[in-house]
Amino acid sequence: MVDVHLRGITKRFGRTVAVDGIDLDVNDGEFIVLLGPSGCGKTTTLRIIAGLEKPDRGRVFFGNKDVTYLPPRERYVSMVFQSYAVWPHMTVFDNIAFPLKIKGLPKDEIVCKVKWAAELLQIGDLLNRYPHQLSGGQRQRVAVARAIVVEPNVLLMDEPLSNLDALLRVRMRSELKKLQRKIKVTTIYVTHDQVEAMTMGDRIAVMNAGKIMQVGTPEEIYNKPQNIFVAGFVGTPQMNFFDATISISPKEVALDAGDFKISLEPRFTELLKGFEGKSVTVGIRPEHIHPSKYVALSEGRYSLVKGTVDFVEALGSDTIVHVNVGSRILVMKLSGSHHFKLGSDIEIALDLDKLHIFRKDSGKAII
Amino acid sequence: MMGVGLSMEARPSPVKYLLLRVLIYALVSIAVLWVLTPFAISIMYAFVDPKQYYSKSVIIPALYTLDHVRKLLALGAYSAIINSVIVAVLTIVFSFALGLPAGYAFARYTFRGKDSLKLLIISLRMFPIIVIAVPLVTLYIRIGLSDSPLGVALAHTAMALPFVVLITSSIFAGIPKDLEEAGLIFGLSRAGVFLRITMPLALPGLAAAAIFTFIMSWNEVFIASVLTLTNRTLPAFILTSAMAATDFIKFAASFIMVLPAMIFVFIARKYLITMWGITLR
Repeated sequence: MVDVHLRGITKRFGRTVAVDGIDLDVNDGEFIVLLGPSGCGKTTTLRIIAGLEKPDRGRVFFGNKDVTYLPPRERYVSMVFQSYAVWPHMTVFDNIAFPLKIKGLPKDEIVCKVKWAAELLQIGDLLNRYPHQLSGGQRQRVAVARAIVVEPNVLLMDEPLSNLDALLRVRMRSELKKLQRKIKVTTIYVTHDQVEAMTMGDRIAVMNAGKIMQVGTPEEIYNKPQNIFVAGFVGTPQMNFFDATISISPKEVALDAGDFKISLEPRFTELLKGFEGKSVTVGIRPEHIHPSKYVALSEGRYSLVKGTVDFVEALGSDTIVHVNVGSRILVMKLSGSHHFKLGSDIEIALDLDKLHIFRKDSGKAII
Repeated sequence: MMGVGLSMEARPSPVKYLLLRVLIYALVSIAVLWVLTPFAISIMYAFVDPKQYYSKSVIIPALYTLDHVRKLLALGAYSAIINSVIVAVLTIVFSFALGLPAGYAFARYTFRGKDSLKLLIISLRMFPIIVIAVPLVTLYIRIGLSDSPLGVALAHTAMALPFVVLITSSIFAGIPKDLEEAGLIFGLSRAGVFLRITMPLALPGLAAAAIFTFIMSWNEVFIASVLTLTNRTLPAFILTSAMAATDFIKFAASFIMVLPAMIFVFIARKYLITMWGITLR
């Protein structure tokens, strides 16, 4: 088990830049998730760490050792593939035992270790079966057992849950996380599913267009997005964004969104000083908007906006209300079920403590 | 197969179902008879007693003998069979030794000129054998390859190679890359992956390619006749000797011709269909 460091990794395929100079440090025993939309370079990054691709530029370190140009078998990593890649011409036992056989371990030790891994993943009674006799979920367990049986330096997982049905996916999510805690292996996990990332990762690296947009704990990623991409990518329904112009007077800081105005407390003056008269992008998550009648307005942390109810999604556990404010829609999320009449007038309160403000040019967060 | 075909239908009524079954069985019977009747007749007449063969009153003969086959074997068919087997096996070995790496490269790697190279390989089959036969003979005489099984095998390899390359490349392309990469991750070298992961998975398809190559070489008569004189392969031998003999000798010749090919196909066939529960082309 080691710590992993990426330094300026760049990889091109023809003219497209798949990975664009990324730096990443993964601590020993940490579970880190590479999260991003498809085509953002997260799988390529994983394959570079595995040694299946060579970077055009940059270095990969395991501990102090430079492994950039080592072939996969000399890195002592394990990988769980999206397709599982369980060898169809071998039994479950042989699949799990294969990496040990290659290492040349004595036979009784192999049997012992395979049994240990199989018990851990509850596939002990399937050892004599062939992969085509297994369900997708069982095959996935075989792939994981094969990956952990060698006690690898680093465990790599490439969307291992994406081919499972929804119910099994939720169960495997917690099982994989528990397993990783038990064997304490450094794990790098690739997914495009933000729920997987939030629930499993010790830290999350959000990627877009070959670059790492932000690295942080799930709470940091969710509550303090460093840029507009992370803010928009994480969270469902998506964060509300609208453009506004900043004006600063001694009494207050105002955000003019055209259809409505938000006035902030004077304490924001310092932060927004250089942006007076400039246009910025304001973001607020749907769960930080409430109907004004539900909140204690005296606290003064709310800004009121009038609109009409445009559409309601009743999900049972949550109610998502689309509120039409002038020319834009603000989405509000309430827990539990609530009734709203379509087209009726509504006054909503934006929680100013949870407001995000981004620069328009770079998308970087100001607040 | 049939069960699958029927389950696609929207639950036919019993009468319809019966009619459908009858129809299917009738079609299958016709197809089987079409193929098997000439087979049965030639095998039957290969062992027929000469008197019964020429008798007008006997349709299905009752008396059989091994004389014709024995006679044919004594006349040189025996060594011709040996030659043919040697040639066919050498052809498989050569065309696989050259064709597998090429097929693998076509399936797994992208490189400049890949498509035109593929086309070039097929276009080699454009030349009629007759055109290259005479130059080939003079070349073979000069380098001392004429009248040898090795010479014929090399010529057959040239004929089979384009197909071996194309067939094996489609077989290798059908094997998921992940399976090979998993091999690399879990401790194998590139060569190790090819031998221990790719080859076992490709076996059914490779068996098909081997059958194809074997039958092509076994049946090929023109080049074999031109390039050999004393070391005839079986088709060349039959063409030059047995075809001048009586009818039942011809039937015996056709039996000898068919039998080894059939045995080979029966052995290779079981690797063809599906193995390990996955279907490979």
